[in-house]
Amino acid sequence: METPLTEHIRPGHPSPDLAAYQKLGGYQALRRALTEMTPTEVIEAVKDSNLRGRGGAGFPAGLKWSLVPSGDDAPRQRYLVCNADEMEPGTFKDRYLIEGNPHQLLEGIMLAAYAIKADTAYIFLRAEYTCSERTLREAIAELFAENLLGDNILGSNYNLNIHLHTSAGRYICGEETALLNALEGKRAVPRAKPPFPPQVGLWGQPTIVQNVETLCCVPHIINHGADWFKGLSKTNNSGTKIYGVSGRVKRPGLWELPLGTTLREIIEEHAGGMLDGYKFRGVIPGGASTDFLVEEHLDLPLDYETVAAAGSRLGTGTMIVLDDRTCPIAMVHNLETFFARESCGWCTPCRDGLPWIEKTLSAIEEGRGVASDIDLLHQHSRMLGPGRTFCAFAPGAVEPLQSALKYFADDFEQHISEKRCPYKHLQS
Amino acid sequence: MSPEERQEIEHEIACYPYKQAVCVDALKILQKHRGWVSDEAVKEVAEILEMSPSEVDSVATFYNLIYRQPTGRHVIHVCDSISCWVMGCGSICEHLKKRLGINMGETTPDGRFTLLPIVCLGACDKAPAMMVGKTTHENLTPETIDALLEKLP
Amino acid sequence: MATITIDGKSYQADASQNLLQTALQLGFDLPYFCWHPAMGSVGACRQCAVRQFRDDDDTTGMIVMACMVPVSDGLRISIDDPEAKEFRKGVVEWLMTNHPHDCAVCDEGGECHLQDMTVMAGHSKRRYRFQKRTHRNQYLGPFINHEMNRCIQCYRCVRFYKDYAGGRDLDVFSSRNRVYFGRHEEGVLENPFSGNLVEVCPTGVFTDKPFKAQPTRKWDLSTAASICPHCSLGCNTIVGERYGKFRRVLNRYHHDLNGYFLCDRGRFGSAFVNSDKRSRQPQWRENGQTVSLDKQTITDLLATEILDGKKVIGIGSPRASMEANYALRTLVGEDAFFNGLSENDAAISKQIISIYQHTHIASLRDAAESDAVFVLGEDLTNTAPRLALALRQAVRNTPLEDADKLKIPRWHARAVADVIQHRHGPLHLASIAATQLDDIATSRHLAAPADLARIGFAIAHELDSDAPAVANLTSEQAAYAKQVAHDLRQAKRPLVVAGSSLGSVALVQAAGQITKALKQNEARISLIVAEANTLGVALLGDKSISSAIQEKADTIIVLENNIFRRSTDHLINRMLKSANCVITIDHLENATTQQAHASLPAATFTEASGTSINNEGRAQRSFQVVLASDPVQASWRWLRDLMVAANKQQTGAWETLDDVLASLVTEFPKLAKLSEVAPNSKWRQSSQKVARASRRSGGRTAILATVHEPKPPSDPDAPLSFTMEGNPASSSTALNNRYWSPGWNSVQALNQYQQEIGGPLRGGDPGICLFEKKRRQQRVVY
Ligand SMILES: Cc1cc2nc3c(=O)[nH]c(=O)nc-3n(C[C@H](O)[C@H](O)[C@H](O)COP(=O)(O)O)c2cc1C
Ligand code: SF4
Ligand code: FES
Repeated sequence: METPLTEHIRPGHPSPDLAAYQKLGGYQALRRALTEMTPTEVIEAVKDSNLRGRGGAGFPAGLKWSLVPSGDDAPRQRYLVCNADEMEPGTFKDRYLIEGNPHQLLEGIMLAAYAIKADTAYIFLRAEYTCSERTLREAIAELFAENLLGDNILGSNYNLNIHLHTSAGRYICGEETALLNALEGKRAVPRAKPPFPPQVGLWGQPTIVQNVETLCCVPHIINHGADWFKGLSKTNNSGTKIYGVSGRVKRPGLWELPLGTTLREIIEEHAGGMLDGYKFRGVIPGGASTDFLVEEHLDLPLDYETVAAAGSRLGTGTMIVLDDRTCPIAMVHNLETFFARESCGWCTPCRDGLPWIEKTLSAIEEGRGVASDIDLLHQHSRMLGPGRTFCAFAPGAVEPLQSALKYFADDFEQHISEKRCPYKHLQS
Repeated sequence: MSPEERQEIEHEIACYPYKQAVCVDALKILQKHRGWVSDEAVKEVAEILEMSPSEVDSVATFYNLIYRQPTGRHVIHVCDSISCWVMGCGSICEHLKKRLGINMGETTPDGRFTLLPIVCLGACDKAPAMMVGKTTHENLTPETIDALLEKLP
Repeated sequence: MATITIDGKSYQADASQNLLQTALQLGFDLPYFCWHPAMGSVGACRQCAVRQFRDDDDTTGMIVMACMVPVSDGLRISIDDPEAKEFRKGVVEWLMTNHPHDCAVCDEGGECHLQDMTVMAGHSKRRYRFQKRTHRNQYLGPFINHEMNRCIQCYRCVRFYKDYAGGRDLDVFSSRNRVYFGRHEEGVLENPFSGNLVEVCPTGVFTDKPFKAQPTRKWDLSTAASICPHCSLGCNTIVGERYGKFRRVLNRYHHDLNGYFLCDRGRFGSAFVNSDKRSRQPQWRENGQTVSLDKQTITDLLATEILDGKKVIGIGSPRASMEANYALRTLVGEDAFFNGLSENDAAISKQIISIYQHTHIASLRDAAESDAVFVLGEDLTNTAPRLALALRQAVRNTPLEDADKLKIPRWHARAVADVIQHRHGPLHLASIAATQLDDIATSRHLAAPADLARIGFAIAHELDSDAPAVANLTSEQAAYAKQVAHDLRQAKRPLVVAGSSLGSVALVQAAGQITKALKQNEARISLIVAEANTLGVALLGDKSISSAIQEKADTIIVLENNIFRRSTDHLINRMLKSANCVITIDHLENATTQQAHASLPAATFTEASGTSINNEGRAQRSFQVVLASDPVQASWRWLRDLMVAANKQQTGAWETLDDVLASLVTEFPKLAKLSEVAPNSKWRQSSQKVARASRRSGGRTAILATVHEPKPPSDPDAPLSFTMEGNPASSSTALNNRYWSPGWNSVQALNQYQQEIGGPLRGGDPGICLFEKKRRQQRVVY
């Protein structure tokens, strides 16, 4: 089984420096692209590979790059932005990739920037990742020192600068248009779409925003080709995926596995199954803003379409397991507290609906729920759905709620009828 | 504004086509040196970036990690997001509150610690986790917390 | 044009608009908050939800925000859709979770968009059972009251204040359900257009503080259409009265002029009409003694001073109405009438009138639509504030073309802002000192007035070599002239602005030359004069104060004019001292009235109807709304009384404003249109006058009424009644004194008064341009 993204990552050990990375074949892809390929050919290669965004939405990367206007009257200034905001609760994969092998990401950034003819790239890193910040700063400095960044890279006439921007903490910054506002030094409120960033992005110029993991795939695609990349997956999605598990399992962690690995394999084999004394009740498969999957879904291969067909989303592929001694309502309450707190405050449903949801869940959890609360929650999860809010934040926020209402309906009823949380005494 | 602060801000300005873009960076730089962002600091940032104090404060108050109130020497951010919650961050918070004698959002009277919640730190596989200053601490137990706090000045 | 289907019925709609605007225009009651016709759509409030279907076969459709949907041919939507309705109701319910429900004590109550939308969306039962969050309020200065708890976070205030008016001291703070709209710290709002927050805010967060001092419900106000007296632009206003006192000024929409917004001087500058310092009695001064006399006594006394045989001169006023000035001119005769302007102002006005014979004059809307602007000498924020606001919109036009290229509709304010960012189109400012438009200026050129004029002529020469060249330009001046000329030449709709504030005829001449040199069809000029009726009085007579000073008069009548401002103290003193009798007619004491032997208390603009001519030569009628307490009366009535007393008005004394106007237009055929500016006093709609008081007036007011009420006052001058008897609304836009429509009690009822939203008023915008204008194609400006 090939694990191109994590092959050279050894937790607990320093990440490969520039020399070591190059020895491992690093920057071969960049060399190849700059000397043998036109930007369009790079885009085509990525398009052929069927690489889809790993930041949550799963949009095909090559297709996105090809939306950058070309032609004589197209804007000269373009930007590439690496989305390293990773604030989705339960998600910890990008940090692993950055700290484990920063040059792999930087090479991916350079290739993507070359493909869209950008001369400036920004890495948008969340504030709390101070270790990642150090790692990246050092790696970027190495590149500048070796003239691998800056003007006339590898004698190709291609110029590129990479700047690292560290944010100041705000989940919505991960949403790509809010991220652009944050990079412009503004409040990170999402922008209207359309126009999409490839048309109107950073400072009004065409901009591509791509997740860390997505970009890390690019050097390997250029090195080994689209077919190889497609072959990595177990299903018709391409490539590998960094899957992660947290919660009461024996070995929480991250594994690079073929896309389409089953939920059961990940939880039972890689994560070692549930902790002794705990039973599996459900899982949020791809970060906080995805719908619960339950027992009946354990044998589903986790790829974009299959998870969607099961009523959830692959999201970031990092899952949080719900065990039988944790109250599902309290769990959803924790999630909605997060979302209510992180709402940017721009649109009404999210700004004022989520706090209501949060307070209602809190009331139910504390035994103050009333029968009509269930309808109210159903209504809210409907009214915060796609299209009704300004951005995808709120629709994501109600995904765990709407699925909890479906799968854990009895728990809701019980809380309300018994006026207490039946799980309280189970907590250790 | 100290020459050092100014220099760091100027360095950031060079990375962006427009001055205003470094608003968050500039606030963070002053906060790094001063512990928090006072009204005075907001005005200083406004001046250097040719913004108005209201414009700067509008940005400053949006971001969670810009402190607009004085903080203690060490800011303890306890992750209360989902994985840490499942793994019992509730009791970690309780322990910290009891030990420090303060509530979330407060600073100890001796000015040593400020206690704040934070969203997922990306340490979900090693939950519960917290961040003290710039360092993340993982797999927390009341004992490891006590040992850690002892060591901090 | 596009054919769209709403709930199964098809309609014709304008494809350049968004669906919300279209639906409102078609008469649908679709609720909204964040959208504003002048500021476009941002999709924040999510109130305007409808269901959109892909095509005829699509029965599922999806919920969309009407304000974000472009109208296109074949568009199919449902407003009645149950889920869309449920959602709209839900949005108000959310907004109400933290709203204090303090309508009873809220100044917005009764004219609150939030109230209207709550009813419209059908939210009536409170389900939210948790605590509300509360905010602290800020002191924002003497004009604007702040009550943040009422906020529904539509972001309109900051969008107006920052994005539209260029203010930098009001902003949004914090995030999630704690967003706060205010200042970084308490203090007076700095932007000179802050008063519009009162009308822009859909609820009671920002309210009119002076108005609040004596709270009055909208329905208890008597209102009349008025014209702002505070600069030469002639913005249209609605003035409100209660219990005999002036209460407030609201914007009165005029498509070509002020549109939706006023400046703070216009909104808050009229408290003087209620002042204790008003002279309310005729006064007679002799040997250092001042005595108050009654009307009859003083007119009889003064009649002897103006009898035939005495040399009487009259000094008119740029702030008095056409009727008052004309009455004075009638009393003293053509030769003895002086327009009351300073020598410079008179010369400049003459110059302007001559330029207007052959140049296209810019309305405020034209200014906002221009794509390159050169301001020569004026500090517009002080001399014509509403024009400064228009220019803030003008600088958006060039970068907006980039949005056009990307097919982003102009109403899509958020996307447009992302495209244009901080870029501005050309605005060149040449002035003597810094101005408040400097922040958006492409260039700022500081020089003395004479040099400014030279620059102006140099630009004209640059544009057209037939215009005379200017000798001895410095290389810097030459380069500047080239740059400005270049930008004006490149533009499709260039605008040149100048005016009288520096007292330089040459400046105005230069501006005229530049405009003449511009070959574009759409080139326009905007010339600013000092006061509301400066051009009007200049049209009645061209002799200035300087000529008056040459005269040796027995009696001098000064109409609404502190003439010490028009010449040197020395010359004015000498003139006044040399006369036997100085008569002033004015409403506040000033240096001139203090020198008068007789001062007669004049009605203010709120207390008398009258006509004035703005800086573009647009004649407009302003209507009385406050009853003047006897003996205060319109200046023309004082002059009429004097004439009657001195037996000077032989052919039947003037009784009404119509009578004065009739004489005026007979004598000045060129001004014939003045009598058509607004309906005359005989005008009736369904045989009734238009009611100043609202249909709902009464209520609390009735408590104070005695059973034997006096006969209500009548108004001989205007087709308006002083009571609620009459029509609640008028079919003549010149008389429009309130916006109301069933279900729409706030200022947003205005939508129902326009031909298309943001476009001209139904029935045409009031006022008549005396100088022929080429009209531009009607467009909505964002
Ligand atoms: C509320 C919200 C938060 C998001 N947070 C992140 C994030 O932290 N990191 C990320 O890569 N993408 C995040 N996304 C997705 C981005 O908007 C965007 O789709 C992504 O960065 C594109 O990159 P990709 O196609 O490589 O995934 C978020 C989206 C939403 C709606
Ligand atoms: S859904 Fe609305 S309030 Fe929530 S984050 Fe998006 S834009 Fe902001
Ligand atoms: S008016 Fe449409 S979202 Fe506010």
